Amino acid sequence: MTLTTDFKRRQISGRGIPVTGNDIDTDRIIPARFLKAVTFEGMGEHAFEDAKKQNPEHPFAQAVYQGASVLVVGQNFGCGSSREHAPQALMRWGIRAIVGGSFGEIFFGNCVMLGIPCLVATQADLEWLQKAIGRSPQEPVVVDVDKQEARFGDRVIKATVPDGPRNQLVAGTWDSTAVLLEAGAAIEATAKKLPYVSGY
Amino acid sequence: MARTLLDKVWEAHTVRTLPSGQTQLLIGLHLIHEVTTPQAFQMLKDAKLRVRMPERTFGTLDHIIPTTDQTRPYADPMAEDMAAHMYRNMKDFGLSLFDMSTGKQGIVHVIGPELGLTQPGMTIACGDSHTSTHGAVGAIAFGIGTTQVRDVLATQCLSMAKPKLRQVRVDGALAKGVYAKDVILAIIGTLGVKGGVGYAYEYAGDVIDRMTMEERLTVCNMSIEGGARFGYVNPDATTIEYLRGRPYVPAGAAFDRAANWWKTIATEPGAAFDDVARLDGAALEPVVTWGINPGMSVGVSQTIPKPESQPEPERPTFREALAHMGFEAGQAIKGAKIDVAFVGSCTNGRLSDLRVAAEVARKGKVAKHVRALIVPGSQQVAKAAEAEGLHEIFQAAGFQWRKAGCSMCLGMNDDKLQGREMSASSSNRNFIGRQGSPTGRTLLMSPAMVAAAALSGAVADVREILR
Ligand code: SF4
Repeated sequence: MTLTTDFKRRQISGRGIPVTGNDIDTDRIIPARFLKAVTFEGMGEHAFEDAKKQNPEHPFAQAVYQGASVLVVGQNFGCGSSREHAPQALMRWGIRAIVGGSFGEIFFGNCVMLGIPCLVATQADLEWLQKAIGRSPQEPVVVDVDKQEARFGDRVIKATVPDGPRNQLVAGTWDSTAVLLEAGAAIEATAKKLPYVSGY
Repeated sequence: MARTLLDKVWEAHTVRTLPSGQTQLLIGLHLIHEVTTPQAFQMLKDAKLRVRMPERTFGTLDHIIPTTDQTRPYADPMAEDMAAHMYRNMKDFGLSLFDMSTGKQGIVHVIGPELGLTQPGMTIACGDSHTSTHGAVGAIAFGIGTTQVRDVLATQCLSMAKPKLRQVRVDGALAKGVYAKDVILAIIGTLGVKGGVGYAYEYAGDVIDRMTMEERLTVCNMSIEGGARFGYVNPDATTIEYLRGRPYVPAGAAFDRAANWWKTIATEPGAAFDDVARLDGAALEPVVTWGINPGMSVGVSQTIPKPESQPEPERPTFREALAHMGFEAGQAIKGAKIDVAFVGSCTNGRLSDLRVAAEVARKGKVAKHVRALIVPGSQQVAKAAEAEGLHEIFQAAGFQWRKAGCSMCLGMNDDKLQGREMSASSSNRNFIGRQGSPTGRTLLMSPAMVAAAALSGAVADVREILR
């Protein structure tokens, strides 16, 4: 680990990849058989594996989208299983930011823990952005977490992140262990006040 | 001002407000299983951190284990490797593991309540989305990812935002043949799979009040399928009687003191909610899902809806569901042919679930073309069921009687659908590929309805069998 790593996620810029459809669950992002591993290594290859097999047109299977880093999705993306293998697979495939209509909450939280911002945009803006990326897949999408917007060509759309996670991402404090440890003895003190910890 | 259980439990577990504005929330009980933890332990080792409160973490083996021969080494080398990591990590960090030798092993969300580890007023986290199950006793319980498992191990805390609270009231009386599973499937069908995003659900009303603890566990289990990260039922006399005498619950005078505290954490009369949703329990019939998420369901007497009945943005997913399932809009769900029947999982793998499935199984034989599995949720459930002779009823009717585990709920062991097989399942997810075959198909329903489908070889109305 190097000390120079920049944890701040103010702005992310990269080519886009659109995955349309609502309620795409984490089983779809990474089927359970790939969870039989004690590390996250190699998860990237299996992102959307079955979806790709069943639909050769799936964006993750298309050459033109290889190397993309901004994923644009529909509503309730990442619902279902808590498996962090899903955002890990996307991250290891190359995804650095996700723009969508809404997100499964555990998935959203897992993404924050990995420093991947998930931004919320309107249905109309998402449809426009997905189509625009489809027309010009080489053009970068700029995701501005700080300003809460996404830019493509000369158009700017609103893309929001709730205050808490946005502050974490922008300040680079999303890797939370160190932050939580700072509470020190207050952790034990809080525990001691609970009847089920100290004895009923 | 009158306060809710969520307010009180959240406040009692708040260590501090973080610079980001989130709450640093103390986690009172941490449950772990073999699939979502090895990477967390590795992160801990890499960072040279210890487990902060080892007495507050308990583990079990449930997801990858076989349900036939459970002697180690397991036949599947990858499953064996995961189990070996679990044993080593639990030992290295001084944590308790309920493995097969303890007689207490089982699906993590079955054994927590069963052992009395799960108690009212606790915050409970587990690297598993169905941790919402534990809310049935009046706890704030939610699923987390692996990096968050690392945080709980290292700090006993999580960085969390307090959700909004929706009270979901189910009043009236359920008809015969309508169960807790039907209630929660109807709630999800009504509020939608994303209706609960940003919310916690407080379940209330006559139907919930009258439910046994096992029924409440079924309801809370599927909160996450409705988008709500957690759901709970206020502790009452049912809760207290359920917990009395369980191994990790205090006994004697301490039990009475505990029970008194549990009562104080319930939502107070007149407390305000961000939203209230109501459902008429008396209007419910057995529910069956027909699609690829748990919100796509109909009553067993109904037909599969047309995509045009949906708002525009939902239609593509709807069409995809029809195509995957091989159903036509307007088709009756009753009579849909099945290949596999599965009773089990953290939703419906408890003793009361097996009892009702057995009551149906008694009435006939599994259809010739159907492969039918009964997988108890824990070793203790299996033992209790065997003591009542349920396994013999199942076997006589042609069901296979298996050992405890997650099994075909997610197909990480040998219990998988093959090809496009159609399964009637008492589990909680009908996602594409969920039961182990990328093209497999799942119909979610109550355990009684699964048993009825097994006998009929097709989706059937259990009310006609129980009549
Ligand atoms: S039974 Fe199914 S849903 Fe429950 S913990 Fe196991 S895999 Fe998850």
